[in-house]
Amino acid sequence: MTQLEARGLSKQFGERVAVRGVSFRLDPGEVLAIIGPNGAGKTTLLSMLAGGLEPSSGELRLPATGGVGWVPQQTAVYSKLSVAENLRLFARLEGLADAEAAVQAMLEQTGLRERAGDEVGRLSGGNRQRVNIAIGLIADPAVLLLDEPSAALDPRQRARLWEFISARVAAGTSVAFATHDIAEAERYAAQLLVLADGDMLFAGPPRALGAAEHESDLERAFVAFLAERGH
Amino acid sequence: MALRALLVKDIRILGRSPVLVVLLIAYPIAIAILIGLALSSSPALPRVAFLNEIPPSQATIQLGSEQINTSRYERELFQAIQPVPVKTQAQAVADVRDGSTIAALIIPPTLPEELASASETAFVKVIYNGNAINQSLVQSAIESKLAQANALLAAQLSRVADNYIDLLLSGGNLHFLGNTYDVLGLVRARTILARVAATLPASSSQRRQVDSVASFAQIAVSHLGGSKQVIGAVAAPIAVRQQVLSGRRTPLNDYAVAVAVAVSLMFVCILLTSGMLALEREENTLARLRRGLVSAGMLLSEKALLGALVGVVVSFAMLCGIGLFVPLGWGRAGLWLLAMLAGGIAFAALGAAMGSIVREVRAASLLALLVSLPLVFLALVPPGSVSGGLYDVIRVVSAVFPFKASLEALDAAINRSQPSLLAALAHLAALIAGFGALARIVLRP
Repeated sequence: MTQLEARGLSKQFGERVAVRGVSFRLDPGEVLAIIGPNGAGKTTLLSMLAGGLEPSSGELRLPATGGVGWVPQQTAVYSKLSVAENLRLFARLEGLADAEAAVQAMLEQTGLRERAGDEVGRLSGGNRQRVNIAIGLIADPAVLLLDEPSAALDPRQRARLWEFISARVAAGTSVAFATHDIAEAERYAAQLLVLADGDMLFAGPPRALGAAEHESDLERAFVAFLAERGH
Repeated sequence: MALRALLVKDIRILGRSPVLVVLLIAYPIAIAILIGLALSSSPALPRVAFLNEIPPSQATIQLGSEQINTSRYERELFQAIQPVPVKTQAQAVADVRDGSTIAALIIPPTLPEELASASETAFVKVIYNGNAINQSLVQSAIESKLAQANALLAAQLSRVADNYIDLLLSGGNLHFLGNTYDVLGLVRARTILARVAATLPASSSQRRQVDSVASFAQIAVSHLGGSKQVIGAVAAPIAVRQQVLSGRRTPLNDYAVAVAVAVSLMFVCILLTSGMLALEREENTLARLRRGLVSAGMLLSEKALLGALVGVVVSFAMLCGIGLFVPLGWGRAGLWLLAMLAGGIAFAALGAAMGSIVREVRAASLLALLVSLPLVFLALVPPGSVSGGLYDVIRVVSAVFPFKASLEALDAAINRSQPSLLAALAHLAALIAGFGALARIVLRP
């Protein structure tokens, strides 16, 4: 059963078209990577999927149960609140029946229990990002949307992040993430969506993009693919 | 539920900003003490070098039968200045020049002579220095007291003139240069003339001459009495009879209390609301909240409520502090709170509109100050102090922003002034709706 489906999704800001006619579907436990150059429309697409932006046209089908969790590119947390207070606030805003249980579960899953009382502003970048992701997951969503989740992390923190996300995927959570790291997309995503100037240029498995460009290295294939299309 | 969660979160954040907490506690205390002391203590008098060159033996002037002691006017003047006695004019000028006094007042030795002559104006000498405000202050003080002294002198001179007119009319004894003269008086002269005329033949030329002199005496008697009133009117040509229209007006001290509370309320509400809203952007949480967790209306309401509540608490604490120095009508405390709450929400709505536009807390604070300060000055411009057209513009601008309406509401609540509290609250309600709608339009994730 499909968790998330977009059909001809478009977003226009005045005269400027940020996303034009994007269509894809995401099944339970599936990972979709959205790649493209700067200004391609990745964040706009994720914002529409998360419900932060109203699409100008197109159709969007959200999960019947569980909803969508969103992890924005820049950490969106209150730096003067502690880790637990941040989680508790968003658990209440999500309207969870047992907010405290959700907070404890998330502290456990993210390994932040020992830092629960620390102000977020005093945490390292990696731990702040974990809190950022934990807030996105607090309502145990069926679909998790991540906007460049590993951009500010060092390799060790990145590995721990993907270990955590992979565990959620294994439990059935669908994940869509935007990234500039092609290797990361190749390693973790089953599906690839290539955007450029708001247009969807490719949708399919990563190896299909390599095959289309006769290139075993996905990053080279991606660059060549864009160059052929004038990007 | 969501509103409560957001309020608790913001209060917690405020509580963890020590500088802000100290400011919010220290501000009302400091302002209350300053305003309380300023309103409860009498103003300091300007220091003025004073030289009286009149010899003590000549301090009393003889004007007809009246004696005038110039030291009485000296005491009158000292109520408006703090005299610093000097011995010479040179020392007076030096004191003014080096700034130890802001003016010098010199009473010349010729003053009693000039006053006694009653034919020429007597002069005192005033030397000013310092900035324009100091000069204006001491000039006003001295001129107002000299005007009072002139009025007292004029009244005494008027009495002297009255005595002479009475003597001229009714006759009596005139004491002059140690001698006493019996003055006949016009009334008695007229009677004598009438008696003499009766003894003369009706057709004689002497009778006609005596009759014309008797007629002149009659006219003089009839009109000279009226001249006393004329002299009295010249001594005090204009007197003031006060009548207050359109209800009660506020004494300046009480109005200063309302202004101080309105200014504090404005700064706390606007800065806090715009700052806390801008903080949501700075922390990137606005987009997270706005993706279905919290509506724009609820977020704006929560920020406005927070700003208004903190503003009311701070302003009320300040008003209580001022109440320790200045008598306030505590029976109307409920109305104060109502006015503060309405004003606070209006300021907070304006702050929400500002916070919706900017992306950083610092920019929000700067914008709040840039907009707020001119509003205070505009709202305090009195009618008639600028041209009619300009005042109309000022009135419109003041009506569009919440400071003037809040000041009127607070003034009505604290001092029962006009316009009524109800009118001011209705004005504030319209502004809350207007700025709330504006904030809703401009708030973008």
